[in-house]
Amino acid sequence: MELERIVEQALTSRPSRLQRQLVILIRAIEWLPLLRYGRRFTRLERRRRARFLEALQESPLLLLRRGFWGLRTLALMGYYARPAAAASVGYHADPRGWEARR
Amino acid sequence: MIPAPERVYDVAIVGSGAGGGTVAQALAPLVRDGRRVVVFEQGPRFEDAEFTGRELEMASALYADGGGFLTAQGTMTLAFAQAYGGSTLVYTGTSLTAPERVIRHWGVPGLDHADLLRRSQHYLAENNVHLLPPEEINDNNRLFLEGGRRAGYRVEQFPVNVKGCRGSSLCNLGCPNQAKQGTNRVQLPQAERQGVEVVTRAEVLRIDPDRTLAVRVSEKAAGAKGRPSEWAPGEYRVRAGIVVCAGGVIGTTSLLLRSPLPRPRCVGEGFTCHPALILVAEHARPITNDVGHPKSYFVDRGAEQRFVLETCMYFPFTTAKALSGFGAAHSGVMRAFPRLQMILVLACDAATPGNRITVDGAGRPVVRYRFTEETVGGLVEGTRASARIFFAAGALRVHAPFATPPLIEANDAERVTELITARHFKEGKVAISAAHLMGGCAMGAGAESVTDGWGRVHGLPWLRVADASLFPDSLEINPYVTIMALADRVAEAIRADAPALLG
Repeated sequence: MELERIVEQALTSRPSRLQRQLVILIRAIEWLPLLRYGRRFTRLERRRRARFLEALQESPLLLLRRGFWGLRTLALMGYYARPAAAASVGYHADPRGWEARR
Repeated sequence: MIPAPERVYDVAIVGSGAGGGTVAQALAPLVRDGRRVVVFEQGPRFEDAEFTGRELEMASALYADGGGFLTAQGTMTLAFAQAYGGSTLVYTGTSLTAPERVIRHWGVPGLDHADLLRRSQHYLAENNVHLLPPEEINDNNRLFLEGGRRAGYRVEQFPVNVKGCRGSSLCNLGCPNQAKQGTNRVQLPQAERQGVEVVTRAEVLRIDPDRTLAVRVSEKAAGAKGRPSEWAPGEYRVRAGIVVCAGGVIGTTSLLLRSPLPRPRCVGEGFTCHPALILVAEHARPITNDVGHPKSYFVDRGAEQRFVLETCMYFPFTTAKALSGFGAAHSGVMRAFPRLQMILVLACDAATPGNRITVDGAGRPVVRYRFTEETVGGLVEGTRASARIFFAAGALRVHAPFATPPLIEANDAERVTELITARHFKEGKVAISAAHLMGGCAMGAGAESVTDGWGRVHGLPWLRVADASLFPDSLEINPYVTIMALADRVAEAIRADAPALLG
């Protein structure tokens, strides 16, 4: 899949410390909902998943907010950096500029 | 172990952006007098056809860490390019001269505004700086002008340094039509024609007290963009009579910090930047936004409210990153792309104790940066002003990261001040990026400065600095013209000192 390839490529050039932190964060996201909902993240219904992610985004802990921001950035990169996704939202910039629109 | 090959030059310039490119051109006449001048650039030299305008491909090729260089706190990304031409490849070409009040505030002995202005005007002319005609202004910019005036702001047009602009809107990914007159198009080619050597993919690792540079030339990776280096890959020792550091704020400061030199103690202090937020608003009908020059107008409230607003147009991933949240609300804004108007809010951030550049154990740059209350205030005020401009231009809703929820509907336009507040600012939640990096090797006279007003490092007359790291505080506007003007001063002092330093 193109999305995974983009994310993998972006991670390859990042320091290994950052890669390890990301793995820890993903594991935490998978297991932390057990404490609140009694289920792992991937077993949660969509609404609860969103609520859990919102809690991370608004967390009083900078470390969690930062981690979530990084993960979200990677996901958005994987999705919107694909030319097909860019075109699907109506983005049509062209090196030929005005000439391509006339 | 085989010793690294040694090469000898009279002048070695580290970096080829607005500072390094200017110094290279200004020192080119020395070559006629038999001097050898070399420029080392860490990034590659790209072929014209390699500028495709594809977001991820170009960002990865041009920017350090693909544009995602993080501060140590992990709460802001810093964007700077590593290529032949440095960050002049990725700016939008907006060409402003330093405000008189800022230069007065800097208080650098011997540096007066009139001198900077005279030098700036030389480069404005050389780089073909002019105002775009009305027929080349797109809706995204026109709406800012109209909305700004209706909302009571003084909207000014950016002079830009383009020649043959086709309106690709892709300036920040490197112009695919080579229209921007950066140092890669103007100063460096002129310098090379006069005999200055430019070595790309060449990272200067260290400067030793005997004026020797340790230089590592990298091999071009398979499938990578850009030409191979002019030198064979490997490590070199380069002896130089005069060394000019112009590798940008991060590059120059970290190079000085990892070099075993008796340097001033305050190297790295005084780092500042323009933390920036991308704001978007949705209109009822499609507008021309991803075609045409992206940055034609601005509102300067730096002196009064610590913010500057600029028109802008970013690419899908960059835009997605700038929006808060995720899920349906987020993708709803993204799907409105052809109807989006964008404004960039830049906070005018004063140099603050503690915000500084250091290096880690391996000599890599580490930028320590915390947002002050004043800077957050500038971002909040700038966001409020942008929302007023968006609504005055007819937007249906505005996305403001400092509001909860972030989408503000037009029927709440009167409540902008109440809805957008610093209370909603949370570090690590809002995507903040800075492209105008300043300070780290401040000019001045006292113990809090690294160089004098001519870029001479205190105590090391053969070592000069010629880039934005010289700024003793924020410039509060787009900096490239001022960098060129300062670099021109630095080059003048080098020409004057050359007989004594080089023999």
